[in-house]
Amino acid sequence: MRFGIAVFPGTWSDRDCRHAVELAGHEAVMLWHKDRDLQGSDCVILPGGFAYGDYLRAGAVARFAPLMESVAAFANNGGLVWGICNGFQILCEAHLLPGALTRNSSLEFRCMPTWLRVETVDSAFTAGCARGDLLQVPVSHGEGRYVADEETLAMLEREERVAFRYVRRDGSSAGDESPNGSMHDIAGVVNARRNVLGMMPHPERACEQLLGSSDGMRLFESVATSVSGSGAMPVGAAL
Amino acid sequence: MTFSVEVVVALKPVVNDPQGLVVRDGLHRLGFSGVRSVRVGKHLELEVEGDDEEAVRAQVEAMCEQLLRNTVIEDSRIASVRVLSDAAA
Repeated sequence: MRFGIAVFPGTWSDRDCRHAVELAGHEAVMLWHKDRDLQGSDCVILPGGFAYGDYLRAGAVARFAPLMESVAAFANNGGLVWGICNGFQILCEAHLLPGALTRNSSLEFRCMPTWLRVETVDSAFTAGCARGDLLQVPVSHGEGRYVADEETLAMLEREERVAFRYVRRDGSSAGDESPNGSMHDIAGVVNARRNVLGMMPHPERACEQLLGSSDGMRLFESVATSVSGSGAMPVGAAL
Repeated sequence: MTFSVEVVVALKPVVNDPQGLVVRDGLHRLGFSGVRSVRVGKHLELEVEGDDEEAVRAQVEAMCEQLLRNTVIEDSRIASVRVLSDAAA
């Protein structure tokens, strides 16, 4: 399958994503922010970094990129869109996902391994996991504290749209070990249609044992399996 | 006419502001023990062409909704509007 990887000025995880995609045996095409052509991607990744310098707010300017018009149309058409770190911030700013990412409660940039508990397997991204699985995936961000109003949080919980939650190594509640102080320890959410995922941790940096964990690879493989197993999945691929 | 518009953007009262808490604690350490609360926000200065103040305010309000603030977590207000130049645009 073909992963499209968005490249904005200031994106830094695009090549790591390409490495992970190629390691998983799939094709990666880089999508320049000024272009509109998604080049037949089955899944578009918005990688980590500081798109447009994170000026004004993280993700606030990136959402106006020509590429994002195509990405939004692709997502609204059911296409798979996967925002990682800065990509999650962009998806929230673009209102493709609810909530917002704010300054870590520690006020520190945190670059460290975290443990994620898979909270739903009802998405192409997590279908290859079991609910409750623990994944070791690092975070690397200064603004990853997920916030939303109570009504939105209740909706996310009710509709099982929390994809991942930060937990301790033994799987228990993160408590003060949360890397950023996110509400409900939320590390990732999906949209109502479950074809758009945003997550702060970096699965592409946990794609081989050399990096300390290969757990992130399970998400890439899950996407590939979902796409190949369902002819209907890349609905918006013609864009 | 050209107007100078000041906009203040700040986290909504219900959103935790860790920066503000750190600044408050710093002020306490400096002896300013009467500081009850600090909220850190952003100050933007815009120069905007428009027919009159009312039109300019409406424009800036729209800018706040679409870009200057994140409506999920931030409030904004126009702190001041003043005429910079009477020359027609």
